[in-house]
Amino acid sequence: MLLTAAERRRGISGGVLSLVAIALFVGIAVSALLLWDAPETQGQLFTAYTGRILQFTLWQAVLSTLFSVCLALPVALSLARRPHFIGRIWIVRLMALPMGLPVLIGALGLIGIWGRQGAVNSFLSTLGLEQPISIYGLTGILLAHVFFNLPLAARLFLVALERQPAEYWLLSTSLGMKPLSIFRFIEGPALIRVVPGIAGLIFMLCATSFTLVLILGGGPAATTLEVAIYQSLRFDFDPPRAIGLAVLQIAVTGLILAALAFLPAPDGTHVTAGRATRRFDGRTWGARLWDGSTILAATLFLILPLASIFLAGIKADLWRLASSPAFLNAAYTSLSIALLSGLLAVSVALAIIHARIAIRDLRHPGIPARGLAAMLGATSSLVLLVPPVVIGTGLFLLLRPFGDVSRFAPALVAAINMLMALPFVMRVLEPAIEDHRRQTARLAASLGVTGFSRLRRIDLPFLIGPILTALSFAMALSLGDLGAVALFGSSELTTLPWLVYSRLSSYRTNDADGLALLLGMICLALTILGSLSRRKGYDG
Amino acid sequence: MADSIRLEKIALQLGTKRFSFDIAMTDGAITAVTGPSGSGKSTLLNLITGFEIPESGRILIAGEDVTHAHPSKRPISLVFQDNNLFAHLDLVTNIGLGVDPSLKLSREDRVRISQSLERVGLAGFETRKPGTLSGGERQRAAFARVLVRKRPVLLMDEPFAALDPELRSSMASLLLDLHRETGNTVVIVSHDRAEVQKLADVVVAVDDGTIVNSAANTAIPYAR
Repeated sequence: MLLTAAERRRGISGGVLSLVAIALFVGIAVSALLLWDAPETQGQLFTAYTGRILQFTLWQAVLSTLFSVCLALPVALSLARRPHFIGRIWIVRLMALPMGLPVLIGALGLIGIWGRQGAVNSFLSTLGLEQPISIYGLTGILLAHVFFNLPLAARLFLVALERQPAEYWLLSTSLGMKPLSIFRFIEGPALIRVVPGIAGLIFMLCATSFTLVLILGGGPAATTLEVAIYQSLRFDFDPPRAIGLAVLQIAVTGLILAALAFLPAPDGTHVTAGRATRRFDGRTWGARLWDGSTILAATLFLILPLASIFLAGIKADLWRLASSPAFLNAAYTSLSIALLSGLLAVSVALAIIHARIAIRDLRHPGIPARGLAAMLGATSSLVLLVPPVVIGTGLFLLLRPFGDVSRFAPALVAAINMLMALPFVMRVLEPAIEDHRRQTARLAASLGVTGFSRLRRIDLPFLIGPILTALSFAMALSLGDLGAVALFGSSELTTLPWLVYSRLSSYRTNDADGLALLLGMICLALTILGSLSRRKGYDG
Repeated sequence: MADSIRLEKIALQLGTKRFSFDIAMTDGAITAVTGPSGSGKSTLLNLITGFEIPESGRILIAGEDVTHAHPSKRPISLVFQDNNLFAHLDLVTNIGLGVDPSLKLSREDRVRISQSLERVGLAGFETRKPGTLSGGERQRAAFARVLVRKRPVLLMDEPFAALDPELRSSMASLLLDLHRETGNTVVIVSHDRAEVQKLADVVVAVDDGTIVNSAANTAIPYAR
């Protein structure tokens, strides 16, 4: 009982308010979908068309997961065996970059390298290869999914390997274990434990991937559920089909989430690239050559598209682009939406976290209270179950009778972006606040510091760092997002990613490259700001 | 008695810290290494095992120059304070890896492993995983591996520091018994004065990266 009755009341009511608001927002969207009164809806749920799309969605996700995981394994093994590899810490940091990079920009970079005019195909054609690699269709989708997920998997595998006790490596050396034995008895068992969780996470990300498939897929042969929903509404205006697909999408994500609940969640909290693990194996020239070329290949695979974004970007007339009204308008719109959704996400996360703390503080939390705590936790990741495009579809159908949808669009996009950011914001804020409370709650309660004075003197000085981190991540996510705006984008509502996408669609690639670089730099600046404030927060 | 381990004019720099060692350790004796933390006790051990390579000087074990030999080529068994066993492997596998690092075990090997477990008081623990054992039992299993490896030198870095005092004393007795049976040369890093008194033939004091004193354990033993 560390909270006053008033604090508990405030905490719980704030949580209930957030819960109701989110449930209403998502609930209204989903019921608008389900209750859409079109007689032909019933027959549309499962057609040959939706079946084919479902099949492709799952098939590309399976292949993407398989390639990402299988290729990440040797990379992680080599990185773990070479704690003193030149520039290793930068390579590990590079692997964090695709996660924070707007997907749209990554796609542009991949086209720059693997596209018809890209470096790889030019090289192949000088070798005399007739058929160029196609970045579009299944190949392109797989390539892009591996680009984004291989580094994620490699980092998580590396954490699992580095978490092995230092004595294991000393012992294996002293016992004279050969590389094969080390893999069989140490590395293999450490990796196999985390493979299911990591593969599950990547499968989820690939099954719900929107932007990459939108840009690289195309054509009925390479379309996922999310993109098909978008196309049904935006191009064909076929609401019954969109609804059928959306219901299917919720069923699929629901099933994946249920399956994921049984897998151990991958834990990447101890990414300690600087820690001095000492390894004495792999001293042979063969092993050195293998590790060096594996790491080099992975680094090139990741860095070339990024370099291509940069090089293509500076070739465009950046100054003209940056001062053009189109860019300035889009930047203004994007930043407003990002700020609004970021502030909303942080506020909602704070309300949910404090409500959960207040419930835990009850002496005898009854079943309703405990149920509320569980529901609050689930609400923060509701967007995983009901993807942005599905929410957007529901709202689109609901609001169409009330006039031009684009009038409501900025607020809707901000709200959807808020929901998308919420799981990440919770992951930054919840541990920080729990830590902070563990350290200060008893002392503050015994001194009787409560209310505003406690907020100002005890909570804010510590939490301002994590809050700014969460805010900047949420803003970067919203700034780079194409999923929510795709349904509502128009000449009246143009965000930066939408501007890049429309330039790309109208084959003004030069402008698209320049704008992508500008957008990438804004997101990078935000992410760096966020990591800086995080460091400050933990020191203070 | 002959020297089992010789460190001749060893010099080594790690970061800003300099180490220099010159010492001979008697064959078949228990040498205890003591000193404040950060003084270089573990570095001394790491030099003998080959986890650190000196910048100059020579290391000889049983008369053979091993200065640049790979750790697995040195006639040494190791016991750390913790994590001596791979947590996901059962005891037979853990000890079997000490017999053959790719775990090709003959029938006789398996019998020997069971006998070694029996000797350290873990009869019938073959298929148990380290997680189901107490801290003392885990260190006993590590001793069983030392037994099957039959190396003339045993190096231990605070092997009992994680155990409570009563257990520590009985483990020290077990170590002493095994030492008398095998006649191996033991080097043990220890903080525990009573333990040093009980075990050591020779006490080596390390401070600030070098050996400041090396003398026979003449103090009146507590319970030798």
